[in-house]
Amino acid sequence: MSLVVDIKKRLGDFCLDVSFTAEDGIMGILGPSGCGKSMTLRCIAGVERPDEGHIELDGVTLFDSVGRVNLRPQERRVGYLFQNYALFPNMTVRQNILCGLRSEPDRAKRERELARYVELMQLGGLEGHYPAQLSGGQQQRVALARILVNRPKLLMLDEPFSALDSHLREKLLVEMKGILEGYGGVSLAVTHSRDEAYDLCSTIALMQNGSIHTLKPTKQLFADPGTVAGAAMTGCKNFSRAKKLGEYELEALDWGIRLTTARPVPEDVTHVGIRAHYFSPGCKQNNYPVTLTGSIEEPFEDIVCFRWKSQPGGTPDLWWRIPKQFRPQGVTKDYALGIAPANVLALRDTNLK
Amino acid sequence: MDWYPLINSLRIAAISSVIVFFAGIFCAYYVAKLPRVLKGVLDVVLTLPLVLPPTVVGYFLLLIFGVQRPVGMWLDTIGIRFVMTWYGGVITAAVVAFPLMYRTARGAFESFDSTLAYSGQTLGLSNSFIFWRIRMPYCRQGILAGTVLAFARALGEYGATSMLIGYTPGRTATISTSVYQYWRTGDDRSAMIWVLVNLAISAVVLLTVNLLEKKQRGGAR
Repeated sequence: MSLVVDIKKRLGDFCLDVSFTAEDGIMGILGPSGCGKSMTLRCIAGVERPDEGHIELDGVTLFDSVGRVNLRPQERRVGYLFQNYALFPNMTVRQNILCGLRSEPDRAKRERELARYVELMQLGGLEGHYPAQLSGGQQQRVALARILVNRPKLLMLDEPFSALDSHLREKLLVEMKGILEGYGGVSLAVTHSRDEAYDLCSTIALMQNGSIHTLKPTKQLFADPGTVAGAAMTGCKNFSRAKKLGEYELEALDWGIRLTTARPVPEDVTHVGIRAHYFSPGCKQNNYPVTLTGSIEEPFEDIVCFRWKSQPGGTPDLWWRIPKQFRPQGVTKDYALGIAPANVLALRDTNLK
Repeated sequence: MDWYPLINSLRIAAISSVIVFFAGIFCAYYVAKLPRVLKGVLDVVLTLPLVLPPTVVGYFLLLIFGVQRPVGMWLDTIGIRFVMTWYGGVITAAVVAFPLMYRTARGAFESFDSTLAYSGQTLGLSNSFIFWRIRMPYCRQGILAGTVLAFARALGEYGATSMLIGYTPGRTATISTSVYQYWRTGDDRSAMIWVLVNLAISAVVLLTVNLLEKKQRGGAR
């Protein structure tokens, strides 16, 4: 199965212009709030109408502005898990799930499916409860059961964990991953959290200002985001302007140092990025003296701010994240940090914010 | 004692409430979906009877339904006459009470979480199922309040009613027109009886609403 999306929609000053193809598996759409992620899902579901474009799911055209096709949401077979789960508050768990089975004429089969998903989603004993009586995690499972009994061809999750307490999140992430893998078809998950995207999704689309600028397998995206915006969205904190020096070497202009890379440096490189986790005093490569300028303490990690000795003035300090037990004790002014060449990210694009 | 005004008032209020219930909900639902300019204009038109003096409303209704007027004349040919008949009172009560239902229903619909409708649609539920089984129960508090307000207003309608259907004992007399007539003719005792009847009905209606609301709040918990 596959989902093909190529749509445009104008909303005041904002312009949504999205085009991508998703295959079986979980694709994440990662981007800051207000970048058009939810609007994209709404257009696919058919509750919003794009100005122009084409949406195709599993060979069926859902929307086509040229061919004047615009299937009603009821005809699209798209499962949509809303951020607030959108359970019907006046119906019990059982009635809510049965709403997903109204097209099934056989009563016995409806009951069988209901029982199967109540079991699968661990909702036994809650059938008579109203949504307001359930915890956030239970509500999410009811909403998923209601969607899955309807046998959608596409599953879309809008910020699936944002309404949950943080300690529940990790547990439910694991559950959700299992459910989505069991479902097997195309899933889209919208999130602004790079951790959720990393844990849940096999591919990630990075979205900004209404369009998708990068679409890569998750591991590859984090290892080599390619663009400054992509590196920033995947959590990279340290950037410098850069100039190519050789096939595997570049100069970090804002840091006054030369860096060796593991991947060939692209001709049009404009920046270099280094994630805060990837500095190491023990690494002999790309090793340069630094001056420590301050630190922020977190529960399990410390953030140490530093500058390269050769760093020109007027440039921001760098961030180094280090687990507490590895934090250098009694550090004096003379200290040196290295970076493994594989962790030097050569980046393109100039819209660094 | 002639109980005709009570029966007449109750049937006028009941029938006009039913009309206003459906018309108010229908308008509230569809006006909310219109483009902004049209919505603004219609909103003003539909709310006008609330702010106009009832006599002005009555005057407009006479312009439409008067037996010398085109609409009134045409209705007359098919045997319907709203002037000086009790069912003319249904028209005046409905027109005057309509804005109360329309505005409270619209307020209730505007507070509706539209993702509930969207999720219903993606689950394949028909729009009428979503309307009657999800939207209406969700908004029931506001709709109930609107219905009761409309009923109370219809029951107490005087100005437009007296202009369109007048006061004929045993034919068009309502509680409110009777109170005025008895007072005008110096029959204070009869006027007082109808005042007390009116008070009793209003008290019962308000009490019922309070009980219903309490029950609902208890049930929702």
